[in-house]
Amino acid sequence: MRLTPEEVEHVALLGRLRLSGEERSRFTTQLNSILEHFEQLQQVDTSGAAAMSHAVEMSNVFREDEPGKSLSAEEALANAPEEARGCFQVPRVIE
Amino acid sequence: MTAANELTAHELSRRLAKKEMSAREALAATYARIEEAEGEVGCYLLLSREVAEEQAESVDERRARGEELGALAGIPLALKDIFCTKGIETTCGSRILKGFVPPYDAHVVERCREHGLVLVGKTNMDEFAMGSSTENSAFQVTRNPWDLERVPGGSSGGSAAAVAAGTAMVAMGTDTGGSIRQPASFCGVVGLKPTYGRVSRYGVVAFASSLDQVGPITKDVRDCALMMNVLAGHDGRDSTSIEAPVPDYTEGLEGGVKGLRVGLVKELMGYQGVGVDSEVGEAIGAAAARFEELGAECGEVSLPHLNYSIPVYYIIAPAEASSNLARYDGVQYGYRTPAESGDDIVEMYRRTRDEGFGAEVKRRIMLGTYALSAGYYDAYYVKASQVRSLIRRDFDEAFEQYDVLVGPTSPTVAFRLGEKTEDPISMYLSDVCTIPVNMGGLPGMSIPCGFSDGGLPIGLQLVGKPLGEETLLRAAYAFEQSTDFHHRRVHPIAETNGVRSAVGRARG
Repeated sequence: MRLTPEEVEHVALLGRLRLSGEERSRFTTQLNSILEHFEQLQQVDTSGAAAMSHAVEMSNVFREDEPGKSLSAEEALANAPEEARGCFQVPRVIE
Repeated sequence: MTAANELTAHELSRRLAKKEMSAREALAATYARIEEAEGEVGCYLLLSREVAEEQAESVDERRARGEELGALAGIPLALKDIFCTKGIETTCGSRILKGFVPPYDAHVVERCREHGLVLVGKTNMDEFAMGSSTENSAFQVTRNPWDLERVPGGSSGGSAAAVAAGTAMVAMGTDTGGSIRQPASFCGVVGLKPTYGRVSRYGVVAFASSLDQVGPITKDVRDCALMMNVLAGHDGRDSTSIEAPVPDYTEGLEGGVKGLRVGLVKELMGYQGVGVDSEVGEAIGAAAARFEELGAECGEVSLPHLNYSIPVYYIIAPAEASSNLARYDGVQYGYRTPAESGDDIVEMYRRTRDEGFGAEVKRRIMLGTYALSAGYYDAYYVKASQVRSLIRRDFDEAFEQYDVLVGPTSPTVAFRLGEKTEDPISMYLSDVCTIPVNMGGLPGMSIPCGFSDGGLPIGLQLVGKPLGEETLLRAAYAFEQSTDFHHRRVHPIAETNGVRSAVGRARG
């Protein structure tokens, strides 16, 4: 096994997921079989191959810095699960 | 007279222009068909009837006033539920976005509104477009109209099934690894994934931003070209949008394929033990022969790095997704699990995401997070990105010899509901023929090229050079016009040979 259940738990924390015991063991098995399938990539000779992050060769796309219309506070908050005094409300962050 | 919902969009458009039918009548026919078939097929997550009726009425009024209208004005349209629609719920097939009402329209939705298309509803999809069967929707099952025990493909399964079932005249999907082409193939309709950057992604819920592209799903190639006239073009709100002139995609349609160099891609005809169904292989072989009869020069070409497309894709796409989906945290919009006393903000995020996301989305967040994590980044993400450039290089070399590449869209016909849900890898492999095209950012298209003995549609995939949509459409049109597969329509639910489906028959 390449990934242990403990590592899976760590990755879940990094990804801000919370797995049940059953999910953790299922993901451990499934992720390992997927990673095993990925092993074949190591056979490919990539010496001299640039890493490609995008299909279109463009960089630094600029536009004029002109003020446009943005959402009103009311529109921005319309979908908020919880709001208070015109702000998004979250559990206490600073003790 | 053929019922309105059986017409193509360009046929309906002609009737509307001649005032033989009104947009309101066309819409009523679509809703009548929905009434009849939707209970069995399940394409729609939401019907926007009020909006649609207003739009249809406005088209009729403008036409009555003698205004110049676009070719698709008054045509009933279905949108995959990944496109933000102002004032209309947009869920992306996920519980975490249930109830989300966007404050703005996606660029392509604006374009459709401007052109007078009529929004029938939002279609079902795999959650966050992650899947190949639409079975990963958090909300409902969509069935393949040709055989109700089978999947419509995915992730744009609702859109493809709607066009096939006649519950929409045209539809829109997105394609990150095949999500327009594979369902189009499974449902016997036409689907085009344009060149990356040809259509703006502004207002489209992001999955893997270096791969996502928007495109049409239609009944035939001419409808597809008409939709491209609406969708294509530069948009400053998407920084990857290409600034290139937009042609009239219908103009060159009838140019034929004489002298066109068509390459059959060897690697698409079988992948490391994952065979192509013999019926599919035969149909593709027959399609290549047909191109030759039509005057094209056909040959076989090898693109060796295509064999690695699946692992490359399932590293890059989840890596990008894990980052894109970080925004679903229960703070600004969407679902939130109420915090329990003593929970800090991280626990609130984790509970929200645990309850809001389905299994496949979590699996991909896990995979992507792992592939990007310290110590594994070079071995997975960098390696995959290097192989990606080798895949693109293979395509570039092949296009020195050929104008269009062809192969199957999917190695199989539509599979059974539930057949692959327990085995992620077998599901992933169903995208083996479409994924390479996204890696290269190239335009790819699926058109019907036959039916299996069981009566299920088979799709031919055509791949073009960057911004080669016109060539693709011209080749697809020549092939289509020499066959009658696109004339078969699914009809009201019936049972034939023990297969409950919406029987296919040739439209005379």
